[in-house]
Amino acid sequence: MKKAVGLRNFFKMYYDGFRNLSKTSKTLWIIILIKLFIMFAVMRAFLFPNFLNSVADNDKDKADYVSTQITKGVE
Amino acid sequence: MDLSLIDWSRAQFALTAMFHWLFVPLTLGLGLIMAIYETIYVRTGDEKWKKLTKFWMKLFGVNFAIGVATGIILEFEFGTNWSNYSYFVGDIFGAPLAIEGILAFFLEATFIGVMYFGWEKFGKRFHLASTWLAVIGATLSAWWILVANAWMQYPAGMDFNPDTARNELTDFMAVAFSPVAINKIFHTVTSSWVLGAAFVVGICGWYLLKRRELEFSRRSIKVAAIVGIVGVLLAAHTGHGSAQKVAKHQPMKLAAMEGLYRGGSQADLVAIGVLRPDKQYDDEKDPFLFKIDVPLKGFLSWVSFGSADAFVPGINDIIEGGYPMHDGSTALSFDERVERGKTAQQALRDYRKAMKENDEASKIANKTLLDENMNHFGYGFLKDAKESIPPVGITFYSFHIMVLLGMYFIAFFVIIWFFNHKDMLSKMRWIQFIAVVSIPLAYITSEAGWVIAEVGRQPWTIQDVLPASYSVSNIPTASVKTTFFVFLAVFTALFIAEIKIMLRAIKNGPSYDEN
Repeated sequence: MKKAVGLRNFFKMYYDGFRNLSKTSKTLWIIILIKLFIMFAVMRAFLFPNFLNSVADNDKDKADYVSTQITKGVE
Repeated sequence: MDLSLIDWSRAQFALTAMFHWLFVPLTLGLGLIMAIYETIYVRTGDEKWKKLTKFWMKLFGVNFAIGVATGIILEFEFGTNWSNYSYFVGDIFGAPLAIEGILAFFLEATFIGVMYFGWEKFGKRFHLASTWLAVIGATLSAWWILVANAWMQYPAGMDFNPDTARNELTDFMAVAFSPVAINKIFHTVTSSWVLGAAFVVGICGWYLLKRRELEFSRRSIKVAAIVGIVGVLLAAHTGHGSAQKVAKHQPMKLAAMEGLYRGGSQADLVAIGVLRPDKQYDDEKDPFLFKIDVPLKGFLSWVSFGSADAFVPGINDIIEGGYPMHDGSTALSFDERVERGKTAQQALRDYRKAMKENDEASKIANKTLLDENMNHFGYGFLKDAKESIPPVGITFYSFHIMVLLGMYFIAFFVIIWFFNHKDMLSKMRWIQFIAVVSIPLAYITSEAGWVIAEVGRQPWTIQDVLPASYSVSNIPTASVKTTFFVFLAVFTALFIAEIKIMLRAIKNGPSYDEN
């Protein structure tokens, strides 16, 4: 029972905390949300694809591709 | 490989890492200081300490909010720009990063929530414990990132699997607690305390210049100056440890840090100097236009190996080989290492060919050959000895700027502590002004440390095993350029926001209550 009270307290703390944010805190949260949106919804999705997935279909192909790349010194 | 692709990929990574590093040391340093302030409040019950804690916590929050997740961009870059590297080391590099992510999310997020929202909801001691746990969580997050970085400088605890073309973790403890990692962590964390202390003292210096918040500033400086003194002395000690690790495992970096082309026993440490810009390793020109050595004979030898008679190799010595190494063996020359590197690469190729042909005997023979020469694998890519030398100018100047500013901060914090203790600081405008100027100096010192670590280890992403030029993905240079400028724009906007919000909070001061 004690644990449940503790968790309720935690929930209430966040609930009250977000309801009573100061002007600075609100500005910071807006910046954080915009930043995360740009990073994950724009950059990650469109500008930073996983390169190896585009040149190899499975782990074996990836191993072949990379082992060729990292032994170019002997070409 | 397209050289401009490598340079743009490097530039983008450097931009992201250096921007991220504007926030991390302040989080670690200011976090510790505000936790001490709150501890004093809980022990004394003096409400002035609570108010003071809350003010510094506000600035901590601004820094944390703007900086949070900027490090994730580095992980995007690994997958896109540095895919050969990421694949090659994935199992080892991934583990510390995953631990960092989990720690950052659970420890920091939970306890930072209590720090800001829990003042009236929980008891004093629970709140204090949360503040300390948030600070410890942030430090542990940094620990794992630094473990990953240290592994790149001193690869240990892994075995290369030619079947998968990946390095695999064989000894987690050897990675997490390697001497290079431990030293790097303590040096980085203690130097972050210095930056946090300089930040607090600098802002208090500004208040004193404005003749406001006098009591607040005196109290704040009382703790911050002591944290600064302890931090800078520990950073000097761990910096000495770092130099010894570099001397042992990355001798070329040490030679570049000192502009040392011809080494020897009883090598001297340069105190200040100006390098000859057109110096090449294979000419006979004096590397310095001007220099003053530390007036202690063999100081570099002592700093590097604990003995003034120890041999410290210069750039030319490392290329030519034949000098005595710290473990008693004789150093291989550049040419010998290139041969061994090529042998390792050929063995990997032959192994994979044998794998496809189910030739077990050839696989065993080539695996043995590969294991014997794996320590030199990366040299197989290098065509010219010049490629094995990092940019000497950037490494040398960064090292000397960091050391000189480090010494400056020892004097600075002692003087600040003394005059604050005597209650004379509020009348000494010149020290107040110096305190304000010391904030950017602390950032320069901190960033210079990373420049030495990262530029000094070039051309390697993994020391001696994989050079940067073969770690990059074969993607269009234009796309790296585009994302570089996207980052530049985003980072500039975030930086302006940080400065603006921070300055407003500082200007409002601790007496201002927003609500």
